[in-house]
Amino acid sequence: MNWANAIVQGLLLGGLFALFACGLSLLFGVIGVINLAHGDLAILGAYVAIAILPSTHTNALWALLFVPPIFAAFGYVSQRTLLQRSLDNGPLTTLLVTFGLSVVLQNALLEGFSADSHSLSIGKLATDAFRVNSTIAISYLRLGILVVAITVLAGVQLFLARTSTGRQIRAVADDGEAAAISGVNTRHITGIAAGIAFLTVALAGMAFGTYAQFAPTSGSNLLLFAFEAVIIGGLGSLWGTLAGGCVLGLAQTIGAQIDPSIGTLSGHLVFLAVLAVRPSGLLPAKAFG
Amino acid sequence: MTQTPVATPPASPHVRVRRSTRASRWSLVPALVVLAILGYLPYIAGQGTTSLLVDFFILLTLGVTWNMLAGYAGLVSVGQQAYIGVGAYGVLWLAQHGFEPFVALPIAAVFCAVIAVPISWLVFRLRGGYFAIGTWAVAEVLSLLTIRDSSLGGGTGTNVPGLNGFDPTVLGAYTYWAALAVVVSALAGCYLLLRSRVGLALTAVRDDEVAARNVGVRVPRAKRAVYLAAAVGAGGAGALLAISQLNVEPQNVYGVQWSAYMIFVVLIGGIGTLEGPILGTIVFFVLQRTLASYGGWYLIIVGTVAVVMAVWMRKGMWGLAERFGLRLFPVGYRVTDESR
Repeated sequence: MNWANAIVQGLLLGGLFALFACGLSLLFGVIGVINLAHGDLAILGAYVAIAILPSTHTNALWALLFVPPIFAAFGYVSQRTLLQRSLDNGPLTTLLVTFGLSVVLQNALLEGFSADSHSLSIGKLATDAFRVNSTIAISYLRLGILVVAITVLAGVQLFLARTSTGRQIRAVADDGEAAAISGVNTRHITGIAAGIAFLTVALAGMAFGTYAQFAPTSGSNLLLFAFEAVIIGGLGSLWGTLAGGCVLGLAQTIGAQIDPSIGTLSGHLVFLAVLAVRPSGLLPAKAFG
Repeated sequence: MTQTPVATPPASPHVRVRRSTRASRWSLVPALVVLAILGYLPYIAGQGTTSLLVDFFILLTLGVTWNMLAGYAGLVSVGQQAYIGVGAYGVLWLAQHGFEPFVALPIAAVFCAVIAVPISWLVFRLRGGYFAIGTWAVAEVLSLLTIRDSSLGGGTGTNVPGLNGFDPTVLGAYTYWAALAVVVSALAGCYLLLRSRVGLALTAVRDDEVAARNVGVRVPRAKRAVYLAAAVGAGGAGALLAISQLNVEPQNVYGVQWSAYMIFVVLIGGIGTLEGPILGTIVFFVLQRTLASYGGWYLIIVGTVAVVMAVWMRKGMWGLAERFGLRLFPVGYRVTDESR
């Protein structure tokens, strides 16, 4: 590793963080739910992929056909049932409920899959890379994840900006009561938003599963990284989230370049520095879209 | 501008505003009796009982202080393990530098308030759920910084020196009394803090923050006071943990599982009351001991119960008792109609 390579790898890592952060940001922006089970849901997505695939040697890309739709449905249903109910009790309740869910999920995964780490196999794609020069090698997988992240963010942005459902989602995010008066079925709309958020969570979890080894307890760190990307980038701005993810990715790889044991720590420290100096984030936006 | 005279409301002789209830006035007597018995316990009970109670007191201290934070100040923190860790490592560091661990305990707890001041500047910039994750990130940072110090045992932790010299029975009794002192201070501290101006301000904020600000409640100050007090509580609990386990392990003391325990205790017992966490700790503790042999299942069961309670039984188990007008440690005011 050298500095140039650390920067390239950091930007690529940022794509993964942005993908994680997208769902967190969307769920909070539209529904007002801070999902403390976000990281554990992502890990659940990776485990569902393992459970669905017939053998550990099957290319995990096949699971892409099944896991995201399952999660989208799961998101819609949980919003219409548990999340909406806890929202009716006030924002604090959703925090407590999602934190409780996170503990339940983590321990259920521990019981079901043991504490051993797993990974999703995607064949040669996981190791193939093209060399830019003698020191910089770009893995196709990591580049692919960055492309997926940008596509997802752009897709969500376009969906919110251009479609009728997207407009209704923005209306609900802006003022739920006013939207309801104008005839928006707010519960259905927030359900759809939750479905999209969960879909991106599943994508992020599977991307992480191909990227690194994961265990039932890996979710907590992912939640922190997603959250830090959101805050660094600025609340409510999806492109800010991408920038935030890249800053966090850079902080981690450059930190690891200085001393391999401080990668995660330097990411956290950059987050705290942004919080201290510029709490509104790098690219703050007023609302979605 | 002249001051407009404030019209005094017509005095109504039949209505009285009072804090205490008959039950609460009488509950002080049994509370003192229970305290006396608990204080005398090491002379009559075995070490198994007292060390079990130490674990119980640690959990109770955490539950009571977290409830003050979330239930009264509306600050849902999932990062109190930061102060558990600092409290535990504080005792370790002071013991390594020649302090008696039992003397180090209060120093470490107070030190938590000191480092909570700059931390509160950072995390108070975040609201609601982002505050929750922010506190968690701070706890991670402190944990990652701590394990870099090899004199504190690095990533594996180390023994607390200065505890070997004690006779095991005496050490057990001292630890128990220290735990009792911590939990009684935490309970009394919360009770007094919530009955003070700070408590009144917080209740106003919890009910309607904008209105409270408008009538001049200094919201950030009240919240910060509670945050610092809760840091001391968690620090005391962490210091106790170090002494009772004789060693400090970073994964344990900085573990997010402590936040899970605090939240479950408070949710099961009833958030926003002083009695709730006490009841919740008893229930959680019994569940923990009974289901311990089922491994991870106990957290699945307790977590599910807590989620169900948060959604469908918001006031927890103490809420059931309150329906019958039972109130042991009232911190609010009640209007009673005396005309009947």
